Amino acid sequence: MSTTESNGTGGSVASQVASTNGTKASSAKKGSPVGKAATWADERLGLATAAKKNLRKVFPDHWSFMLGEIALWSFVVLLVTGVFLTLWYRPSMAEVTYTGAYDQMRGLHVSEAFASTLDLSFDVRGGLLMRQMHHWAAMLFIAAMMVHLLRVYFTGAFRKPRELNWVIGCLLLLLGTLEGFTGYSLPDDMLSGTGIRAADGFVKSIPVVGTYVSFFLFGGEFPGDSIIPRLYTIHVLLIPGLLLGLIAAHMLLLVYHKHTQWPGPGRTEENVVGYPMLPVYAAKAGGFFFIVFGVTALLGGLFTLNPVWAYGPYDPSKVTAGSQPDWYMGWPDGALRIFPGPPLEYSFFGVTLSLNVFLPIIVLPGLMFTILLLLPFIESWITKDKRDHHLLERPRDAPGRTATMVALMTFYGLMWMAGGNDILAIVFDLSINQITYFLRVAVILGPILAFIITRRWCISLQRKDNEDLLHGYETGIIMRSAQGGFSERHEPLPLDKAYALTQRDPDQPVALERATDENGVPSPTTRSGRIRHRLSSYLHGGGIATPTREELEEAHAHAAHEHELEPAHDGASDRSLTARGENTPH
Amino acid sequence: MTLEQERKQPRLPIEDPGLGEHTWRPTDVDEAKERRAERQVAGLFVFSMVCTVLFVVGYFLIDIGDNWTTFGGLGASTLVLGLSLAGALLSIGVGIIHWARKLMADKEIVEMRHPAASSEEDREATLKALDEGLQESGIARRPLIRNTMIGAVGLLGIPAVVGLRDLGPLPGDKLFSTIWEEGMLLARDVVGTPIRPSDMEIGDLINGQPIALFETDEEGEPLYEGEDLLVNKAKASIVIVRMDPSDNTPAEGRENWAIDGILCYSKICTHVGCPINLYARKTHHLLCPCHQSTFDLSDGARVVFGPAARPLPQLPLAVNEDGYLMAQSDFTEPVGPSFWERG
Repeated sequence: MSTTESNGTGGSVASQVASTNGTKASSAKKGSPVGKAATWADERLGLATAAKKNLRKVFPDHWSFMLGEIALWSFVVLLVTGVFLTLWYRPSMAEVTYTGAYDQMRGLHVSEAFASTLDLSFDVRGGLLMRQMHHWAAMLFIAAMMVHLLRVYFTGAFRKPRELNWVIGCLLLLLGTLEGFTGYSLPDDMLSGTGIRAADGFVKSIPVVGTYVSFFLFGGEFPGDSIIPRLYTIHVLLIPGLLLGLIAAHMLLLVYHKHTQWPGPGRTEENVVGYPMLPVYAAKAGGFFFIVFGVTALLGGLFTLNPVWAYGPYDPSKVTAGSQPDWYMGWPDGALRIFPGPPLEYSFFGVTLSLNVFLPIIVLPGLMFTILLLLPFIESWITKDKRDHHLLERPRDAPGRTATMVALMTFYGLMWMAGGNDILAIVFDLSINQITYFLRVAVILGPILAFIITRRWCISLQRKDNEDLLHGYETGIIMRSAQGGFSERHEPLPLDKAYALTQRDPDQPVALERATDENGVPSPTTRSGRIRHRLSSYLHGGGIATPTREELEEAHAHAAHEHELEPAHDGASDRSLTARGENTPH
Repeated sequence: MTLEQERKQPRLPIEDPGLGEHTWRPTDVDEAKERRAERQVAGLFVFSMVCTVLFVVGYFLIDIGDNWTTFGGLGASTLVLGLSLAGALLSIGVGIIHWARKLMADKEIVEMRHPAASSEEDREATLKALDEGLQESGIARRPLIRNTMIGAVGLLGIPAVVGLRDLGPLPGDKLFSTIWEEGMLLARDVVGTPIRPSDMEIGDLINGQPIALFETDEEGEPLYEGEDLLVNKAKASIVIVRMDPSDNTPAEGRENWAIDGILCYSKICTHVGCPINLYARKTHHLLCPCHQSTFDLSDGARVVFGPAARPLPQLPLAVNEDGYLMAQSDFTEPVGPSFWERG
């Protein structure tokens, strides 16, 4: 009833909102059914008190704050489409004869898991769409989490008080990756079966307990008949449960801390400026859910993903060329490919230690994940910065931090390339051996180079900012002086932009000075103090301080003086541009 | 503390100009534009309804199954359902966001932050309550109770682990043997027919299995089926190649393992266990498609490239009285990836 009512007055309410700033939008009247229901609920749940603060909670607006939302909404899509799939999928490795609609497999002996996946794809209307949407949403989920992680890191949003939310986010990424692996293994097709077989090899490489872990995991020798049902339980119950709990915690902490914001006029460490939860943010976020959902439907309808009917059922004696895991598993697979074999396997005292497998696929991902998890704590240990931070920094504002992540990204990217070394060899007609030898060196040198270049680049960009602040931005207008000299006209930055640029936190070089001072005193410095000092001078030294007020005033006075000297004449820019065009050598 | 002071009196090169003036949108000041935006939003919602109807129509009208390749290999049903669902969802999303951007109030508002930390009073009150509670429980004064309780709860971890014991059998020596044995015939993969040396030309590679995997008992039931078949296949798969006998340099003690240049190796990669079958007949190199370990079959399947550390195990061959290729014995070492107990 109430919905028809509001529909009836919808038009006028909408225009009222626009012209009166929404104060009368949807207040429930006492006698109305909505009002009665609200009172009923409030008397039992105390909703009004809980909602009082949050209904108009402020969320700052910036496109990059949407990345985490993509991850959140694709998780919801995963839940919805996943439930649909469970209604037909049967997690069983029992052998059955496929009798479904797909001609080329009819009559084959396949596992029930594979047969039910084919049924889902060819006999259940909308089943293939849901399967593909589920897989696309999984890709989107992990990709969005990664890009969101990069955004949070590059802007310094992980700093106090948000370190724990960083940790939760990292756990979400880890669990999401495992969820993806367990998920794409479920159809029991040729490709994913090969993946599980490789996973058995990974597990067996674990010293001392590996063989036992493998037998317990597979319920005996590979492949056994237990792994698919067990992966299924992990995929639909265990990991989603953990993901849900962690996502709830992630959201609660986000609400508690309030969102970070970019520096700018009126935006300080003490406030948060943006649109209220109701209506604008709720509408934008809610609308965005439909967009993410719609995009996965579009992808699922238009782009085939994981065509298990083309791969065929799993057969432990078969494999296809170009066997590749889903992209997010690519980098450890790459590590596995480029780690040299013969010098890294040892036999002693009647046992075998297979470091050529154990190091790249078990130790390295664990190590990388630990580094990722600890990044906020490492940074705050080096900088000794224990303050709360709610204003974001641009990547250039923290060259050491940015360079660290770019180095890690370079490592990741090169490893990922290694994971596709066979594809690279085919596509670019190169020798797979040479690609592999090259990458063995590049994964070590690449990150170091990337670090150095990024750090210098950031510092140059800081210089550029200072240039713009002191001498204005380049207008692109070429001026010719009376003497015939050419110069480009510079205009002072708009005040808003100039203010935002000067908000760069100058504390990192300060922290370094403090460290130096402490080292200067006669009392012996601790070992950790010295390490901290060296790291700090390298990571945070070399940054350029923003200009002081005096410097700015002097530069502006100077610029004003120069302008007075310049003869102003109309059309100067046209003429000078023509002149430049004629003089350009070809 | 100096940091604290600095923060209180930051050296501001430029004074904060404060929040800018709110600028009115065309839809705020022009009623025609406002109406237009309203119609656009409603239009999007109506389009969504149309798409939903199309979804239902497509669901019932378009058959799936054999005709799934129509519409450019996409599957007519999947395509129509996907596009109509996407249309329905996207137009709702775009509609709501358009509404928010054009018609909802767009004035930014300011909210003050509060420190994440609790106030000193709250901390003290909490500590006091905690202290009182602990005092009343007497946990500090009664170490006997405390320690036995910790012990009792801690011990419960053991059943939690022990209960998982039956997840699988112990490895025993299962990984050390396959079903290959003396006299077991080599059979072609898939069809299961035995192989004569004369069936193979120099340069040929045949994917093979022990013939037992294709045999049936007296009642016509397969000897191996289901899980049993897969487990044995996973270990016993082989590749058989024929090369010019002069190309082959057999290792010591393996001189009689080949028949006229016919050699047989385990198909299971010693790296992480993928089946290998990319063969370069000129160089006799066999490459694993998973991680590109490359083995030289003319040199005892030595690793010539890639991450594998050990040669592929070789199956010693003989010919039975009917002239078919057979195994002299099982593999002399475990097949597949390395494991701790392998030795």
